[in-house]
Amino acid sequence: MSRFFVSAEPVDLAALRAELHLDEAGGFCVFEGWVRNRNEGRAVDGLDYESYEPLAVNEGTQIMEEACAQFAISGAVAMHRVGSLKIGDVAVWIGVSAPHRDAAFKACRYIIDEIKLRVPVWKKERYLDGDTEWIACHQTEAGS
Amino acid sequence: MPRIDLEYFAILRDQAGRQKETRETNAASLAALYDELTDAYGFTLSRARLRVAVNAAFSTWEQPVNEGDIVVFIPPVSGG
Repeated sequence: MSRFFVSAEPVDLAALRAELHLDEAGGFCVFEGWVRNRNEGRAVDGLDYESYEPLAVNEGTQIMEEACAQFAISGAVAMHRVGSLKIGDVAVWIGVSAPHRDAAFKACRYIIDEIKLRVPVWKKERYLDGDTEWIACHQTEAGS
Repeated sequence: MPRIDLEYFAILRDQAGRQKETRETNAASLAALYDELTDAYGFTLSRARLRVAVNAAFSTWEQPVNEGDIVVFIPPVSGG
C-alpha cells in the first residue's frame, strides 16, 4: 500500500500515520520537512510552493512503487504541500511502516531524496526584506 | 501547423508573463519549440538545465511536436 499526493491545504498528519499503523508493521519512520527561517544567510519570511500536479503525481507515485519494490515495507505515504507556507509549517511528509526498522529508515530516506530530485515542485522564498526568489532556478550552470 | 497547449511554472511563468497558452508552431522538435519561446519571452534558463514533459510524462528534446500536445518545460525542481 502506497500513495503520493499534493495538497493545497494543511493535512491531518495523525490520519496519515493511522493509515500506516498496520498489524504486520513492527515500526514506523516519518520524515517531516519544515519551513525554516533562514536560507543561505538570508532571513526567510515564508515559502510559496507550486507544482505541475499531473506530472508530480505520476512521478511521485512511481517513486513510491520503487520504494515498495526495493525495500521490505508494509506501507508508505508521501504528501507535498503547495501554496503559501509560513515558518514552521510542514512542507513535505513521508511515512513508512515495515515489519523491521532497517527497511523503514531506508525507504523513508529513498523517498525524500527522490522527491527532491524528480518531482516537479518549485519553491519561491519570501525574504523579510521583501525580495522573492525561485530556489534552484537562480543558480548558475556551474553551481547547479 | 500543429496546435499545442503550453503551461508555465515557476521562473518560466514569471518570464513568459502567463500561466498557459495555446500556440501554433512549426518547430520540428521540443528543443526547437523551446528555442522559439526563448526568442519570444527571453527565457534565461538554458535547455541543459530543463526537462520537458508532454501530456504529464517526461519526454525527450528530440521528440516532434504533435497536434493537441500539452507541453510543459520543467525548471530545476526544488521541493522538500
